[in-house]
Amino acid sequence: MYFDSLPAALAMEGHGAYVWGSYLVTIAVIAMVVMVPVLRRRRFLRQLAAQLKRAQVGPVGQIRGES
Amino acid sequence: MWPIFHKLGSPPWLYAIAGVILRWLLPITILALITGMTWGLLFTPAERIQGNSYRIIYIHVPAAVVALAGYYIMALAGAVSLIWRMKMADVAMKAAAPVGAAFTFIALVTGAVWGKPTWGTWWVWDARITSMLILLFLYLGVVALYEAFDNKEAAAKACAVLSLVGMVNIPIIYKSVDWWYALHQGATIKFTGESSIDSSMLYPLLLMIGAFYALFTCGLLLNMRAELLQREARTQWVKKLVAKAGDK
Repeated sequence: MYFDSLPAALAMEGHGAYVWGSYLVTIAVIAMVVMVPVLRRRRFLRQLAAQLKRAQVGPVGQIRGES
Repeated sequence: MWPIFHKLGSPPWLYAIAGVILRWLLPITILALITGMTWGLLFTPAERIQGNSYRIIYIHVPAAVVALAGYYIMALAGAVSLIWRMKMADVAMKAAAPVGAAFTFIALVTGAVWGKPTWGTWWVWDARITSMLILLFLYLGVVALYEAFDNKEAAAKACAVLSLVGMVNIPIIYKSVDWWYALHQGATIKFTGESSIDSSMLYPLLLMIGAFYALFTCGLLLNMRAELLQREARTQWVKKLVAKAGDK
């Protein structure tokens, strides 16, 4: 490792806040790039499954379904 | 050559193949990102003049490079959808826009943070920064334009035209450091001739560029899968897929 200790790595000779901050922001955006479409697809699959189930059950299903 | 085009035009095939690719590419991408970030943060020497703040290069440059390349991909998909009316190209264009916007956003934010200790300011209306900001607006413009239309075909056409017109901006970004002398430094990695960057810094940088390309591909495919399902919700293959998922 380039730094002598963990505190030195965090401080980065005064540049720590800039460097670690920008890495954290980047990681957050990367997580969003991956998770937003994954969650969108899952939610849609669930909705569609519920819809198909209602269609199969018919009018009775509409009463308990949230439509 | 032609069968692949027919397959590319087939939503269930595209959905399935994107899933197969993602199963491999996504873990590899995340691993490469973790490796590259750790390498750049902790295992490379400090830069002689800038000190440690230069470590932002390992995310700033890859994000910017891929944000530009991603625009080409989006515009190319737009051209294909416009010329050959290929619906899957339209799906790809719509899927690329938010990912490209995210990458441009990373490049702008990390650039601003890097600028503070290095140039003494968060923001200047430097040619490259300004043209990158325009790139962000172009990506967001495509996203917003899609939402603005009720008619999907009209939306596809308008977005394709917007992304093609926006192409003008890309060479301006590339050349901005040569045309306008300002705060941004010139290119340090060159395909022809000697790169002016030490190999101890070059290798992690190249790894991160590769990882960001892979990440863009993952984001593109993930968005395409979500979009395909929604567009094809009334078809048999989606219904079968839902039924199969419900059995588990």
